[in-house]
Amino acid sequence: MSVQETNQGAAAVDRSKMTVSDTDVAIDVVDMHKWYGDFHVLRDINLRVMRGERIVIAGPSGSGKSTLIRCVNRLEEHQKGQIIVNDVELTSDLKRVDEVRREVGMVFQHFNLFPHLSILENCTLAPIWVRGTPKAEAEATAMHFLERVKIPEQALKFPGQLSGGQQQRVAIARSLCMNPKIMLFDEPTSALDPEMIKEVLDVMVGLAEEGMTMICVTHEMGFARQVANRVIFMDQGQIIEQNEPEEFFSNPQHERTKLFLSQILH
Amino acid sequence: MAVQSFNFVRTDMEEAAPAPGNSVGFVGWIKKNLFSTPGNSVLTILGVLLLVWAVPPLYNFMIGKAVFIAENGEACRVEGAGACWAFIWARINFFIYGFYPLEEQWRVNICFVLGIVLIVPLLWLDLPGKVLNAILFFVVYPIIAFILLNGGLFGLSSVPTENWGGLTVTLIIGITGIVVSLPIGIVLALGRQSNLPVIKSLSIMFIELWRAVPLITVLFMASVMLPLFVPTGMTVDKLLRALVGVSLFSAAYLAEVVRGGLQALPRGQYEAASAMGLNYWKSMLLIILPQALKHVIPGIVNSFIALFKDTSLVSIVGIFDLLQTVQSSSSDLKWAGPHQAITGYIFAAMVFWIFCFSMSRYSIFTERRLDTGHKR
Repeated sequence: MSVQETNQGAAAVDRSKMTVSDTDVAIDVVDMHKWYGDFHVLRDINLRVMRGERIVIAGPSGSGKSTLIRCVNRLEEHQKGQIIVNDVELTSDLKRVDEVRREVGMVFQHFNLFPHLSILENCTLAPIWVRGTPKAEAEATAMHFLERVKIPEQALKFPGQLSGGQQQRVAIARSLCMNPKIMLFDEPTSALDPEMIKEVLDVMVGLAEEGMTMICVTHEMGFARQVANRVIFMDQGQIIEQNEPEEFFSNPQHERTKLFLSQILH
Repeated sequence: MAVQSFNFVRTDMEEAAPAPGNSVGFVGWIKKNLFSTPGNSVLTILGVLLLVWAVPPLYNFMIGKAVFIAENGEACRVEGAGACWAFIWARINFFIYGFYPLEEQWRVNICFVLGIVLIVPLLWLDLPGKVLNAILFFVVYPIIAFILLNGGLFGLSSVPTENWGGLTVTLIIGITGIVVSLPIGIVLALGRQSNLPVIKSLSIMFIELWRAVPLITVLFMASVMLPLFVPTGMTVDKLLRALVGVSLFSAAYLAEVVRGGLQALPRGQYEAASAMGLNYWKSMLLIILPQALKHVIPGIVNSFIALFKDTSLVSIVGIFDLLQTVQSSSSDLKWAGPHQAITGYIFAAMVFWIFCFSMSRYSIFTERRLDTGHKR
């Protein structure tokens, strides 16, 4: 996506509900470190995300961006520092971890839909088995969100019968069915054909317009300009630079950021 | 579009056309499958010759010259006579019930009928009421069957397990082994993947111990060594010992089959389940096991078939299973004849084949039924 296109697109985004709270902290990461064995993969991470923020994390591969957001719902453990999500601190206490995960939706690069369940069952499974929602109610909610991502007609099919873009939209709907307070996106468009990226990004823009707190690891710089209120650049497991998108793209400060941007924005 | 110049823009789309005549239909099939190359043509001809050579004598032995009805072995001793089916027919009661008292055999029959009535709807995937059906088959049925077979309650005369035999015992060991070993195998497989070191090492030790020992050794140990370790005066039933031995032995194998299925699942499935807040057991029961088990249906059924055939090994610890009843009958002087023993073995082989082949077909059916289209 070129810079020109994005600027045109930016005008179309409805910013009326995109409000960032001054007081309500959604995620607080304090002096956090993580190691894989001896490898120091995340170093000195400090990140406070306010309710309603839309954060894009960019950086070269291996910079720790995915690992960072996977720490936020404890798919990865951190070894030092604190991570507090919705006022619950993540520790080895599995009850608390599940409590956090119930309120934090996650969308993966490879969708990770459950291939043995229909689209509708994919969407109703967690509400029924985690929240104890009655089946009929869960199905109504699921259909509501499938309509929102514009594929209600696929509800009875299986994931294997859908295109990549459709699967990713189902994955988003599946997360939304849990009515999450925070959404994490781990390179949601990296595994998609070019023609399908837009349909997924449109859904994500729609979510942002409704005021969802989001952290997106993505290489879609157009999306970052359109909806993000903050762009974070990571390298070698550290946050190198963060700023508002306009400033970040037009006036990067750190040498590494400049190099990165010159490579991807030609 | 014969010549394509450097600049080309397609004007008409090419319509789909039927395939050339000699590549489809019966002639096409023969050409493709039987005579596609000179080498394959030679093999086809050799195959036909082999059938011509083998089928007529086999037919004569099994059906053409076979003795179906006879009072005793005399007709079977005639020069050129084939299989002595009359001998099987005369001993069929022994083959099915072993030494179970004749007047009490109705109890075994009720068990057979009840078993069929419960297992058919259980295997019939479209029928509703699976939970009730499963409770009836896996919990209620074994209790009823045990009371009926063993007796000693409700005015039923007691029939000790030493008198059970034949196909009845083969089925009891086979079905119990299958039903008991699969859940144990699944738990062991999950245990082996566990993050908890104690559970993990216990599972590994169990699996590796049982897999490393031949089944015959297990059965010998169960019948010879076990009595040395239990307090004097206490005895464990011989059949029960064999049941436990066979089940645990098979569970160790199944654990490794299931582990293969668990490892074949992409890590993303585990992560997606966790990320939605499902706890360990819900993730396993709802997401992981349904997929993992589906992947390894062929391996599981393979183990079941092996288990079913291995039941014939219990004869070495003095249990009269189907094969043992056949073998002991083959020295029956009344039916003595050149083909008495071989007829018995063919009969036993056919019975085993029917059960094992049914399992194999059912597994293929389930695989197709559970296939939800393409893999992810």
